Amino acid sequence: MASIGIKDVSKIYNGGVTAVSAVNIDIADGEFIVLVGPSGCGKSTLLRMVAGLETISEGSVTIGDRVVNDVDPADRDIAMVFQNYALYPHMSVYDNLAYGLKNRRTPKAEIDARVAEAARMLELQPYLERKPRALSGGQRQRVAMGRAIVRKPSAFLFDEPLSNLDAKLRVSMRGEIKRLQRRVGTTSIYVTHDQLEAMTLADRLVVLSGGKIEQIGRPLEVYHRPATTFVASFIGSPAMNLVSGEVHGSKLALGPALIELGATVPTQGAVTVGLRAEDLRLHQGLDGSMPFRIDYVEELGAQRLVHGLVGDQPMVAALSAEIPLPETASLSIASFRLHFFDTASGRRIDWAGERAGAAATSTVEFVIS
Amino acid sequence: MNRIRLVDHLVLLLGVFVMVAPVVVAFMTSTHDAVDIHRNGLSFTWGGHFTETYNTVLTRKGGFTGDITGARMILNSLILGIGFAAGKIVLSMLAAYAIVYFRFRFGTLFFWMIFTTLLLPLEVRIVPSYEVMTKLGLTNTYTGLIVPLLASATGTFFFRQFFKSVPEELLEAARIDGAGPVKFFFDILVPLSRTMIAAIFIIMFVYGWNQYLWPTLMTTDERFFTLVRGIKQILLVWVGSNIPDYNEAFALAILAMLPPVMIVLIFQRWFIKGLTESDK
Repeated sequence: MASIGIKDVSKIYNGGVTAVSAVNIDIADGEFIVLVGPSGCGKSTLLRMVAGLETISEGSVTIGDRVVNDVDPADRDIAMVFQNYALYPHMSVYDNLAYGLKNRRTPKAEIDARVAEAARMLELQPYLERKPRALSGGQRQRVAMGRAIVRKPSAFLFDEPLSNLDAKLRVSMRGEIKRLQRRVGTTSIYVTHDQLEAMTLADRLVVLSGGKIEQIGRPLEVYHRPATTFVASFIGSPAMNLVSGEVHGSKLALGPALIELGATVPTQGAVTVGLRAEDLRLHQGLDGSMPFRIDYVEELGAQRLVHGLVGDQPMVAALSAEIPLPETASLSIASFRLHFFDTASGRRIDWAGERAGAAATSTVEFVIS
Repeated sequence: MNRIRLVDHLVLLLGVFVMVAPVVVAFMTSTHDAVDIHRNGLSFTWGGHFTETYNTVLTRKGGFTGDITGARMILNSLILGIGFAAGKIVLSMLAAYAIVYFRFRFGTLFFWMIFTTLLLPLEVRIVPSYEVMTKLGLTNTYTGLIVPLLASATGTFFFRQFFKSVPEELLEAARIDGAGPVKFFFDILVPLSRTMIAAIFIIMFVYGWNQYLWPTLMTTDERFFTLVRGIKQILLVWVGSNIPDYNEAFALAILAMLPPVMIVLIFQRWFIKGLTESDK
């Protein structure tokens, strides 16, 4: 068990392509960190640099208090779980689990004990003599995790371990990974492109885009206070509605609607406004502040996603399935739930209203223009 | 339905007949005595001289020096075939391992150099090869018979393609598990290549077993004669009123066929098992 420090780490490929640029992450002992981002954002490259499978172009990686830039992967005291499991196909489950220990000249009795313990933890005892091809996807994934556990490393590295499983299995394996990590308390770095996986697993998540960190924070912090428009659109399902509006004094103009903010925003003129689909309320007729032209509806069972236009900007509202959909509708939102982003840089603009509103429970009245 | 089946069977039977009949004729003829064969030609019937002929072929000391038996020739052929196949596999696996897993200067160039030697059959380079062997004093040795034929572009190429299809993550997992290059090769790659090894062993053994030109050139000492050469030796006595020992030639031919057939049978089972159970 150890903390991991990633300091100014960059990966520049021979052709001059920068895959990861100047990333800083401090990972505490026992923490579960999730690196999340779209494909090609550099998250896997970053993980592989920590593992030692890619060379580090710039910066340093420390595991415990040891800089490991030039240390062989085998000597970094880490274990990795791969997307396609990477089990040795010709070895039995037992041998797969024991291989790393054998290479480290662990005594036979100790190997037996550790494999037995891991097998018990992962409920793999009945399969120890089987070859990987005789196992289901979920079982193979468990063997891959077992191979990491038996080594008792300082850190687990997960490279999209659940992407090859079907949706249902993924949910249950997600729970298993979380429980397991809690139990053994090993520092973990987990790479995924699935924001739901990231939200549910992470102690802290790191949102990456284009090789740069967009935001680091606890899942709810990232969800409630996305640092950039990229994070806002990436975390949360459905994605946050991002529309352009204009701030005039303490009023926000959103297409035809004018919303009273009740506090000042430290910017004037054009801004990007973020509205979570689940923060929107539907009103019959034009009672709400934003006239809403319904386009189509996605039924999800418990709720429905209503797609439509406010002015000429698309907007999605997540509504209870019980609310009838009127011919003419409008939407409203509690003003403290509005997010403001700089139109040019995409960075979040903090404003007084959200802090004031965080405590308030009642909806702020809107003025219809 | 039934008619179609009948036609199918006829076609298959015809195929079997075409394949098996010559072998049966050769075997049956080998059980007759030489005079009988000379008079009546090939025969489909049992001649009754089976033990006699095969015993003679295997144990009679023949040749000019009189110390070469059929059994000895079989042994020589086996040494050549197995040494040839095993040597080729070891050499080409190591070469392919270097080409695929190690980044070294001109790696690709070396690969293509090896690959182009596919275009040069043994016959083209046989004279210089012979000269080198003579200068090294390796004529009439097993080393001289086997070593010059070991470098195998075909094998290297096959293993290279196979190694490239092994998922990268296996290498990475092994690296994290603390397996160095040697361990990775023996613990992971070799077991995974079993089916490839079996396939190449079959091809190379048969190729080595059937070598004729090179052993003819390399060996003047009869103790090193291979079976394939021995057959020819028997038919060379066509002088005066001698009747060649057709029966013995046929018997030797049958004997010469057996080991390759055995090898194919044994390894095929492995080979098919490996193919059907293989996974990535």
